[in-house]
Parts: sequence; C-alpha cells; structure tokens
Amino acid sequence: MSEPFIHLAGVSKTYRTGRKQHLAISDASFDVMPGELVALVGPSGCGKSTLLKILAGLHPHDDGTVRIGSATHAFDPTRDIGMVFQAPLLLKWRRILDNILLPAEILGLPVAEARERARGLMAMVGLQGYEQKYPYELSGGMQQRAAIARALVHDPKLVLMDEPFGALDALTREKMNLELLRIWKESGKTIMFVTHGISEAVFLGTRVVVMTAGPARMADNFEIDLPHPRTLDMKTHERFGVYTRRIYKLLGME
Amino acid sequence: MDGSESKLKQYTLGVLAHLLLLLVWYLFVRLGDVPKFVMPSPVDTFRALGVADYGWWANTLVTGTEIFGGYALALSVGVLLALLFTWSKTLESLMLPLLVTLNMIPKVALGPLIIVWFKYGVFPNAMMAFSIAVFPILLTTARGLREVEPELLDLVRSLRGSRWQLFTKIQLPGALPYVFAGMKVAAILAVAGAIVGEFLGSDRGLGYLMLQVQVTLDTPAMFMAVILITLLGMLLYGLVLGLERLLVVKDARVS
Repeated sequence: MSEPFIHLAGVSKTYRTGRKQHLAISDASFDVMPGELVALVGPSGCGKSTLLKILAGLHPHDDGTVRIGSATHAFDPTRDIGMVFQAPLLLKWRRILDNILLPAEILGLPVAEARERARGLMAMVGLQGYEQKYPYELSGGMQQRAAIARALVHDPKLVLMDEPFGALDALTREKMNLELLRIWKESGKTIMFVTHGISEAVFLGTRVVVMTAGPARMADNFEIDLPHPRTLDMKTHERFGVYTRRIYKLLGME
Repeated sequence: MDGSESKLKQYTLGVLAHLLLLLVWYLFVRLGDVPKFVMPSPVDTFRALGVADYGWWANTLVTGTEIFGGYALALSVGVLLALLFTWSKTLESLMLPLLVTLNMIPKVALGPLIIVWFKYGVFPNAMMAFSIAVFPILLTTARGLREVEPELLDLVRSLRGSRWQLFTKIQLPGALPYVFAGMKVAAILAVAGAIVGEFLGSDRGLGYLMLQVQVTLDTPAMFMAVILITLLGMLLYGLVLGLERLLVVKDARVS
C-alpha cells in the first residue's frame, strides 16, 4: 500500500471573535491517496470551506495533524496549491491568457514556458481561440474553465475547489462535471472538491467525505466504487442510488 | 455592421438634439419678441465674440488654467493620499473620517478665506477648483483600492504572493475604474469651483468677465461666457472619458 498524499488526523478548528467561539471543524480524519478526486460534501456551515483553507495553508488549525506530501510525492506548500472558487474571479482588465498566467507571474516562473503551458491548458479546458478575449466576452461556464486552467498553470500537486460549479445552471453544471473528470484524468492531479450537491459528490469522487453541521464534524468517509471514466448514465446505476441515499441519511434528510 | 450603424445613429441623434436646441432657442427669441437684454438670440450671442475689449481668448485661457490646474492637483493629491491609505491602515482610520467631515464643508464657503490667504488671481481660483474636486477622487480611489475580493486575496496568499504583488497586480488595476468614476464627478465640480472663485474675487477670467458685462447689461456676452465655460468643462470631461476608454476595459468601467 502506498503512502497517502494527504493525511488528516483529529483536525479541529475554532474561530474566536471577541468572546464568541465558533467550532468550525471537529475531529476531521481522513487520508487522500495521490491522484484521487475527493468530494467533500455537506450543508452550509459544516466547515468544508474551512478545511480547504487549512489545506491551502491560509488558516492554521488548532488541534490534530495535517500532513501533505509523502516520500514519493513531495509537496511544496509555497507553490503546489491550485485554487478554484465558486466565482471565476478572473481579473476583468486582463485577457484570458493573461488571467491564466497570474499564478505563474506571482511565483516568478519563466515567462515563455508558462505561456506555452497556459496555451496547452486552454486547449485542454476547451478554450482554444479565446486567448485574447476579455472575461466579459465569455459565458459563466467558460469563465470557470479559465479559472480551472489558471489553477493548473503552475503545475500544482494539489487542486482545491470550493463549489466551483455552484453558480452555474444545471445543464452547464453537468457538462462541467464531465469536463472536470476528463481534466482530472489528463492532468493526474490530486483534487479536493467541496460541494453541497450530493449527486455531484458521488458522480465526481473516487471517495466522498461527508461532513455535518451543528456541531460541525466529519460524519463519514467512503470510497465510490463506480468505474472510470464515469458517464452520465451511471447516475441511474443502482449503486449510485445506494451511495446518495447513504449521504442523504447522514445529513438527516431521510 | 450592426454595431457601428447603431453607433452612427446614436451620434447623429446626439448632434441633432443640440442643433434642435439652437433652433428652439432662436425661434423662441424671434417669434416671442424677447428683448435682447433678457435673452439674446444665438446669433446675437455669437456676435458678442466680436467685442475685442472683452478679451475672450485671454479670459478663456485664464479660466481654463484655473480649471485644469486645480483638477490636475486634485488628481495627484487625491490618488496619492488614497495610495498612502492602502499602505497604512492606521493612517486611513485616522484620516478618512476627518476627510469625510471636511468633504461636508460647502467648499464655496471657503472662498472668502481662500482670498484672505492667497489674494486674488489664478492661483486661489485653482485652489477653489482643487478643494472641490479632490474629495470625490480621493474617496472613490480609496474605495476602489479596498474592493479586493477576499477569495482573490486567498488565491494570492495560497501562492505566498507578496503585498507588493497583490498591490500591483490586483489592487491598483482594480482601482483604476474607480479612479475614473471619481475623476468624472470631479471634472464637473472643478469647473464650478473655478467659476465660483472668479465670482468671489478675481481680476481675470470668464467668471470675472460675466460680472463686468452684467453691469452694462450685455446679456449676449454673459451667454457667450457661459457657453465658453461649458465648452471648457466638456473639453475636460471629454479628455477624461477618452483616457478611460483607452485604459479601462469596457466591462470594468464604473458608472
């Protein structure tokens, strides 16, 4: 058995504002193997975004162990994180190609190489020919594709996605799910995908981590045994139903 | 092309509206038999330009200097102060409430004081334009520099980007549309400031000229002065708009 890429054990986080304390996460423990796409599912306020921020090194955690990287898969926290948010957050004044180059610029990567890579990524996410467009000239789904390319441009080991398709319409969302699976396979990245879409979590994840709110805690963590590449008709698969029902039950909806 | 055709139509209609106003003005004066000292016709108004004694060119130049000088100073000081605020939170917390209060002072009320401090002339009137134009530029620029999406901040921090990178790559270009929003408001105010300055005390400029010809009831000359002041304002505003088109992506413009 190879070593996990991410190892979380008993991680907790409490926010303090003045005298008030807010338990954002308690006792989160799970492992992520290299190249996995783990879906983190739960209601609003269950601490899934907080967990992403801890992994991104943006917030310190209070208790427990957070370890990213292994002997075989080195991890450099200063340059191995890619992030995608619910809003594309493209810079309005930059053309798409230049938007995608932002992380490379911040990290000071060689310009010519980064441009080459950015062009390749644009082709991979299906944005070839849009290099010189401005964000407002693209649809919401296309902007989110650009945001994904931006998260990959510096070739990070870990990509953190915080409800990236939450703002898209249902049809575009389904399409982007398929696209993401393809991009994930092609890039071979380890992805943490936060969502509150239960069927989205089951459809995308090699593993699903379920979190519940009030109090925030980790409720379940199981592998999704559906073949790859995933196709939309798997959503009618009996096992797909078993998985989604299992999550519904945990979230107290059954 | 559909787009350029409708643009052309838009411009044509705009020009037409101006010509129409001239025509209505002309007909109103002619058909209504309005006395010249109450309201001169457009023809009489333009004839006023023929009176060499009024020194139209020199006076326009003086007023223009006051407006553009005061405006340029307001732009530099306003943007510079806003930049200082982003670098020092303490300075911002200290100064911003104070500036909001100072902004509430009717700048026109400062006129007599400015005359006491700086005497008559181009400089005090430029100061008047400055004092009235600096606040919108400062306040909108400060706001623009503050409006960074928290998640964009996360993105930069997850790559361990520096404060300077955040500033040059995100804050500064992001604030530019706001700077222009402030500049547009300030352009209109600067013109008003300079003219009020001239009304309160001056020996040159279009505002001064208006007071002079008011005494002799040369209404056509007063009309002409107003038109020239308006043209100066349009020149400034047009320059700002042109610069905005050049520098700010269409979608990012703040109206």
